[in-house]
Amino acid sequence: MKYMNKSIEELHELLVNKEVTSKELIEESIELSKKVQGECNAFVTILEDAKEQEVTDNLLSGIPYGIKDNYSTKGILSTGSSNTLKDYVPFFTATAIKNLEKANAVAVNKTVLDEFGMGGTGTTGHTGTVLNPWDKTRMCAGSSSGSACAVASGVYPYATGSDTGDSIRKPAAYCGIVGYKPTYGMISRYGLFAFASSLDHCGVLTRSVKDAAIVTDNMKGIDKNDMTTWDSSNINLYKSLTGNVKGKKLCYIKEICNLENYPNRSEELNNHLVNFFNVIEKVKELGIEVEEVSIDKTLLNAIPSTYVVISCAEATSNMSNLTGIVFGPREDANNYIDMIKNYRTKGFSSLIKRRFVIGSYVLQSQNKDRYFHNAQRVRRLLVDEWNKLFESYDGVILPVGSGPALKLDNSSNNLDKETQLLEEHLQVGNYGGFPSITIPDGFVSNLPVGINITGKCYDDENVLNIAYAIESTMEYKNQIAKEVNNG
Amino acid sequence: MDKYKVLIGLEMHCEISETNSKVFSSASNSYSEIANTNIRPIDMAFPGTLPVLNMEAVKKSLMASIILNCQQPEHIYFERKNYYYPDLPKGYQITQETKPAPIGIYGELKYECNGEEKIARINNIHLEEDAASTDHYPSFSTIDYNRAGVPLLELVTYPDFHSADEAVSFLETMRSIYQYANISEADSKKGQIRCDVNVSIMDIDKDETLEENWGTKVEIKNVNSFGGVRDAINYEIKRQIELKEDNMYDDMEQQTRRWDEESATTIYMRSKVDAIDYKYFVEPNIPKYKLEKSLIEEVRSLIPKLASERKDTYINEYGLSNYDATILVKEKSISDYFEDTIKAGAEPKLASNWITSIILGHLNKNSLEITDLYVTPTMLKDLIDLVNTNTISSKQAKEVLYESLESNKTPTDIVKEKGMKQIGGEDEILKVVLEVLEEHPESINQYKSGRNNIVDFLVGQVMKKTRGQANPAMTMNLFIKEIEKR
Repeated sequence: MKYMNKSIEELHELLVNKEVTSKELIEESIELSKKVQGECNAFVTILEDAKEQEVTDNLLSGIPYGIKDNYSTKGILSTGSSNTLKDYVPFFTATAIKNLEKANAVAVNKTVLDEFGMGGTGTTGHTGTVLNPWDKTRMCAGSSSGSACAVASGVYPYATGSDTGDSIRKPAAYCGIVGYKPTYGMISRYGLFAFASSLDHCGVLTRSVKDAAIVTDNMKGIDKNDMTTWDSSNINLYKSLTGNVKGKKLCYIKEICNLENYPNRSEELNNHLVNFFNVIEKVKELGIEVEEVSIDKTLLNAIPSTYVVISCAEATSNMSNLTGIVFGPREDANNYIDMIKNYRTKGFSSLIKRRFVIGSYVLQSQNKDRYFHNAQRVRRLLVDEWNKLFESYDGVILPVGSGPALKLDNSSNNLDKETQLLEEHLQVGNYGGFPSITIPDGFVSNLPVGINITGKCYDDENVLNIAYAIESTMEYKNQIAKEVNNG
Repeated sequence: MDKYKVLIGLEMHCEISETNSKVFSSASNSYSEIANTNIRPIDMAFPGTLPVLNMEAVKKSLMASIILNCQQPEHIYFERKNYYYPDLPKGYQITQETKPAPIGIYGELKYECNGEEKIARINNIHLEEDAASTDHYPSFSTIDYNRAGVPLLELVTYPDFHSADEAVSFLETMRSIYQYANISEADSKKGQIRCDVNVSIMDIDKDETLEENWGTKVEIKNVNSFGGVRDAINYEIKRQIELKEDNMYDDMEQQTRRWDEESATTIYMRSKVDAIDYKYFVEPNIPKYKLEKSLIEEVRSLIPKLASERKDTYINEYGLSNYDATILVKEKSISDYFEDTIKAGAEPKLASNWITSIILGHLNKNSLEITDLYVTPTMLKDLIDLVNTNTISSKQAKEVLYESLESNKTPTDIVKEKGMKQIGGEDEILKVVLEVLEEHPESINQYKSGRNNIVDFLVGQVMKKTRGQANPAMTMNLFIKEIEKR
């Protein structure tokens, strides 16, 4: 690895000084893609014919990157990691990707995800399981599994992701990198295969906060094709990274991160939380005030079920366009109902089908108020609760997950009820459309773990700057996965 | 029949044809015979596409809501109606349900039926998108996505109609409103209007304001012409009365039927029990939109004069008969033609006469639309002028108009080409008059002895000699003067 372990700024400087060409970077990135594909199965497509781009003032110009395979890319296979779209080649490109093209960024591969972004394990894509580059017996989490794996492996400095529950921010933690989803509507969703429209965010996986800022600055922008986008032209994330955080205030929620909540905690969970509080001390040394706050546990416990209800309901509707009639492998049958039924039965993984059943159930007229409308009410209560925190604090800081990456062989087991809240709390960031970033904050069992900072809507500059400052107190910035052998 | 009262409710779907683009898609909103030409990726629901609301369509539907005296909501929302059908590419239709409130709710509209004024209550009017159109062949079907995403207004009335006549009169009034307000061509030949009709019967002596007295509602789907609405209602009334007479009415379940034009019957589709659960929820990709009072007022100020107002003007300001005014406003295109002729400078009564007598006859005879006509309002005005200035006689003018309609030449050119002109000067006509009197000296005495109609014969002779170019009234006066001199 000569160049691809470097930051965007470093690569840009090398390109500008003509110490390396765009072509050389692309060649290295494609070589690495092939290697990582062999080791971790991170890609649906490797774009061997990727063309070098002119190096301009734009920091991204000429530099390779990866695209999660649920972004529509013109002329390039875009599968959503689903058999239902295994041969689908779109004729239009997602706005966020177009924006990167305008910056002269060079896409070199399309990365594997959990089918259509549903699932958090990296095991449900139609091309098979994505393995964690730190430990191949473990998962990357998902759904942006391939993107996280590739960035952590040093295939390129960044890849796009999408985040409906924690699909950027969880895999980032498991892979020891940065995962950021900006405020809802900052990046256009036009061309992103919809999972749950009110929760779906585009975002990015990088190895540093600065790189996340640079990439997002280039992806974002109001889009006439997405009514939920807003004008962020006055926001420059890259320039806002001053590192000056004196007087900022953060809080953590004791019901989520205090050790006494988990009397039966594993050693990994214990170490993860101890590490979290150690990092909090470092945060305080930066001049950031950190306070403990308390939120009604009953409300917090409703986070996961609220997510299931809303995301499944929207998903079942969003994916009703997948009938195999207009696109996708059309099934033969004597009537359209059987055509659709055969196509969907064959094409979707069982996990997705289960979610469709849940989604349909909660929307049925006799259940809608009890499940769907109540979930929306709880969503509103949670968002209000977080917004109340944002009146006093610049952000909420919490540990990501209950430790390092889970083992693949028990991934199908139900997650421990006790730690469920720890696993799922990032979903609140999607309920409120809040800017939310995960950065690596240490190691447990020699594997990376992450910490998350979530702030109020439109306050992305502040949230990123705080993350930037916290990142600087630790030595995990720009780290590349080194395979560890835990036996 | 005398024993029963009929209650009819209508659901009228009308495409909004007068926007440039579709309601959630930037594809052109225009009718095309060539399949799959007016489409964008969203119209075929390609993955990653998103709806973008067309504000023009919102304004048009808002105008309809105001005209129907509906209440307007504080915010505009859209909802998804989820179901699978080959003509519905997304697997859901973006529409508006009654909760949250659609673009218009609880209105009423006055309409005329057989000369009587009636009122229909409107439950709601909402904006939605049309589906694709399908054609079925023995071994395959085709889908045309041109229609997918075309803005559609669905109007739902209360069961306030008591006969097919009332229902159809209401629909005709609505069509006229859509046309006059520039919302839609409302052309059922282009499939722009589709109706669902619900019909029930109840005992005549019971109070229809109490819902418990109503009969069992039968909904008839997809009636695509007003004639079909009339026939379907009448068929259904007859069918239900027969059930009642046979004591089978009470066993009839609430149901959906479809109108089969070929057999002119309604055919059972499904029972209420099997009704589809559409799993409505608010469309997350279209943020709720605050409907400002100022926008409502702006749209209100833009409502053009509707048929009834134009008719009032024609009668009260132009002095036309109720009969002629009614004919002129029946179709907006004709009323527009009439008004354009006046705007060009023609006298309203004359313009009305020419249009109602000759032009409409010509249209009917040749099954033409007035917009197809070669003769423009300005040409018609020129022709009227030629008569007014005594250049040609009105008899000549009629011939010129017919020829112009047939030959696609302007009336002015025809008059010029044929050297047609009316001999207007007294001196010129007098010469011919004297000539004729010389040829028919006996006529003088005949006239003096009381045979006044001999003058008509003499005028005819003048016409013959001048090939119709003499002004008949002037000729007659000259004869009378000349004879009385002798």
